[in-house]
Amino acid sequence: MSDKKLMKGNEAMAEAAIMAGCRHYFGYPITPQTEVAAYMSKRLPKIDGGVFLQAESEVAAINMVIGVASTGKRVMTSSSSPGISLKSEGISYLAGCDLPALVVNVQRGGPGLGGIQPSQSDYFQATRGGGHGDFHMIVLAPNSVNEMVNLTVKGFDLADKYRMTTMILADGTLGQMMEPVSFDSIPKSETVEKPWALTGTKEERKPNIVNSLALNPEHLENWNLERYERYAKVEENEVMYESYRMEDAEYCIVAFGVASRVSQNAIDAAREKGIKVGMIRPITVWPFPKKVLFEAADTVKEFICVELNMGQMIEDVELAIKCKKPVHSCTRTGGMIPSPEFILDKICEVAKNGGSN
Amino acid sequence: MTVFEKTKGLTDAPLHYCPGCTHGIIHRLVAEVLEELGVLGKAIGVAPVGCSVFAYNYFNCDMVQAAHGRAPAVATGVKRSDENNIVFTYQGDGDLAAIGTAETVHAAARRENITVIFVNNAIYGMTGGQMAPTTLPGQVTQTSPYGRDVTKVGYPVKVCEMLSNVDGAVYLERVAVNNVKNVKKAKAAIKKAFQNQIDGKGFSLVEVLSTCPTNWGKTPEDSLVWLEENMIPYYPLGVYKDISDKED
Amino acid sequence: MPKVTFKEDMCKGCGLCVSACPKKIVKLNDKLNAKGYRTAGITDQSACIACAFCATMCPDCVITVEK
Repeated sequence: MSDKKLMKGNEAMAEAAIMAGCRHYFGYPITPQTEVAAYMSKRLPKIDGGVFLQAESEVAAINMVIGVASTGKRVMTSSSSPGISLKSEGISYLAGCDLPALVVNVQRGGPGLGGIQPSQSDYFQATRGGGHGDFHMIVLAPNSVNEMVNLTVKGFDLADKYRMTTMILADGTLGQMMEPVSFDSIPKSETVEKPWALTGTKEERKPNIVNSLALNPEHLENWNLERYERYAKVEENEVMYESYRMEDAEYCIVAFGVASRVSQNAIDAAREKGIKVGMIRPITVWPFPKKVLFEAADTVKEFICVELNMGQMIEDVELAIKCKKPVHSCTRTGGMIPSPEFILDKICEVAKNGGSN
Repeated sequence: MTVFEKTKGLTDAPLHYCPGCTHGIIHRLVAEVLEELGVLGKAIGVAPVGCSVFAYNYFNCDMVQAAHGRAPAVATGVKRSDENNIVFTYQGDGDLAAIGTAETVHAAARRENITVIFVNNAIYGMTGGQMAPTTLPGQVTQTSPYGRDVTKVGYPVKVCEMLSNVDGAVYLERVAVNNVKNVKKAKAAIKKAFQNQIDGKGFSLVEVLSTCPTNWGKTPEDSLVWLEENMIPYYPLGVYKDISDKED
Repeated sequence: MPKVTFKEDMCKGCGLCVSACPKKIVKLNDKLNAKGYRTAGITDQSACIACAFCATMCPDCVITVEK
C-alpha cells in the first residue's frame, strides 16, 4: 500500500497487525469492534500461513491466543468491554506464562452489558493488570486512526521484547471513525529470538514448558519479582506521551484517546480567551507518564483530567504529581462524549478560581 | 530381551499421584504411543487444571499448561500455529465436562485435528473429592454427602454419547484401565486417536475410566473392582463414533 | 530366564502389580522405601513367565521385565 488511504480505525488496526507479521487472529463478534474480525476473516485466508478463527466465546478466543503465543508466533485478539472481562482470565494466564500477545479493547459504556457507545471506563481494568494476580499489561492509548496503526506495530514489538501482553486501549469512536492513514511510515518490526517457544523438541533438546503454576510460594515470589524487574524496565524505557501547548501553561489538561481530541479544541478556544492551558496526553497509560506530570506540577497551577468515565485516570494523575496541585475531574460517562464547550466551561471555571483551592 | 521397560515418552520425574491412582497408567500409555508413533519430537501437550495439572512435568515433549477447561482452545491455537505439531490435551472430568464443556464441544464441532485424552474418575480429585459432572447417581462425595440426588443436581454427563451427535467429531471411544486386558484396549484406542491426527482425520477423543482410591475411600485394588461394577455399567465401554475411514 | 526388577524408590506400594500377577509371585515387602511405602518385589524369579502384567498395571513405571 502506498500514500494515504481512508480507513476505519478497526480495519486499519487489523491491517497494521498483518504488516507487523501477525498471521493468527481469534475473535468473537461484539460491537463496536466487530470490523477487526470481519477484516481479518477477509485478509488472513489470502495470506500464506494466515489463520482466522471465530471462536465459540471470548474465553475460547483468548485461550487460542495463548496456544499460538506459546509457539512463539505473533497473535492477536480484539473485543469490547464485556468481552474483555471474559478474556481477563486468559490475560492473567498470558502474564503468568510470560507470553507476548496483542489484545485490542475497543471500549464501550459499562458496567454489565452497558451500551455500545464509546467509553473509557475500562481504564482501571486495563492499567491495573486486567485479571487476577500481580501483573501489568503494556497499555497503549491511540487518539487517531494513524496512531492506531503505528501503535499496533509497536505493540507487537513491545510484547515480544518484554514477553508481555500489550493492550490497545481504544474506544468506539476511534474504532468506527474513518481517517486518512499511511502505512508507509511504519517502522520495520523487530524480531526477537524465542528459545522458550514450543516448537517440538525434535528429540534434540529438553522439553520447553509454558506454565504459570508455582505451588512453592518462594518460587512464585521470585517469579513475580523477576517479572516486576522487567516491568521496571518498561517504566524506564517505554513511556510515551504528547504535550500540547504546555510551554507557558498554567492549567494542564490530562486526557488520552478520544478525550484528548475534544480537549484540544477546548484548549484552542480557551487560549483565544487568554487562558494559558495546555495538555499532557498519555500515549502509554501503563506505564503512566508520571515523571512529566510530576515536573509539570512545579509550573502548572491546576490540572483537569478529562475522561469518558466517572473519573479513573484522575487517580493516576494525583499519584503522579503526589497531590502537589489540585486535580479537577471533567467527565461524561455511559457512552456520552464531552463536547469542546463542556470542557471549555470547566477550564473557565477552574481558571476563574485561579488556583485558589 | 526386554519385555517391558519405561518409555522414553516419560521424563524421570516421579509421578505425584496417590498410590494406585490409574492416572499413572494412562500417562504411560499416552507416552508409549507418542514414542511408538515416532512423534515425541513434534508433540505438544496441553495440561489441564486438576490432578493432572503437573502432566507438563511428566511427558517428555513440549508442554503448555491451560486454564481450567480451556485445554481444547489452547490446543486449537497450538495446532493452528503449525499443523505439523502433534497436539494433545490431557483432561479430567471436571475440566472437560463441566467448566470446559463449550471448549470441548466446539473443538469437536470444528473437527479440530487434535487428540483429547479424557480421564473420567467420577470425582474432583485435586480439590479433595467433590461431585463431578460424571459422579454417578447416588455416589457420595464431599459435596454430595447424602449421595448424588439427580432430582436436585441433575444427571451425569456422558461425554462420548453427547459428542457422538456432533458432526465434526471423528473418533470417540470409551475405555477403562481396570485390568490388563482393558489397559491394552485403552492403548490401542489412544494409538488410533493419535494416528487419526497424523493422518489429518480430525477430532479424536478417548474417554478413559480411571480410579481415585483416595477420594473414593477405597484401596487401589477395591477401586478397580468399584470401577468395573459401578462405572462401566453406567458408562459402557466401546466405540461411540468412528468415521476415520470415511473420505471427506 | 525371565527377570523382573523393581525400582523400589519409585514404588508407592499400591499393590496393583500384586493382584495382576497370574503366578502370585509378586508381593509387598515388609521393608519401607525412603518415601515410607512398602515396596513390591518378586518372591520366586524362576516361576515368572514374563507376561509383564505387573508392569502393565503399575501406575509408576517401577517394573522392568526381561526374558
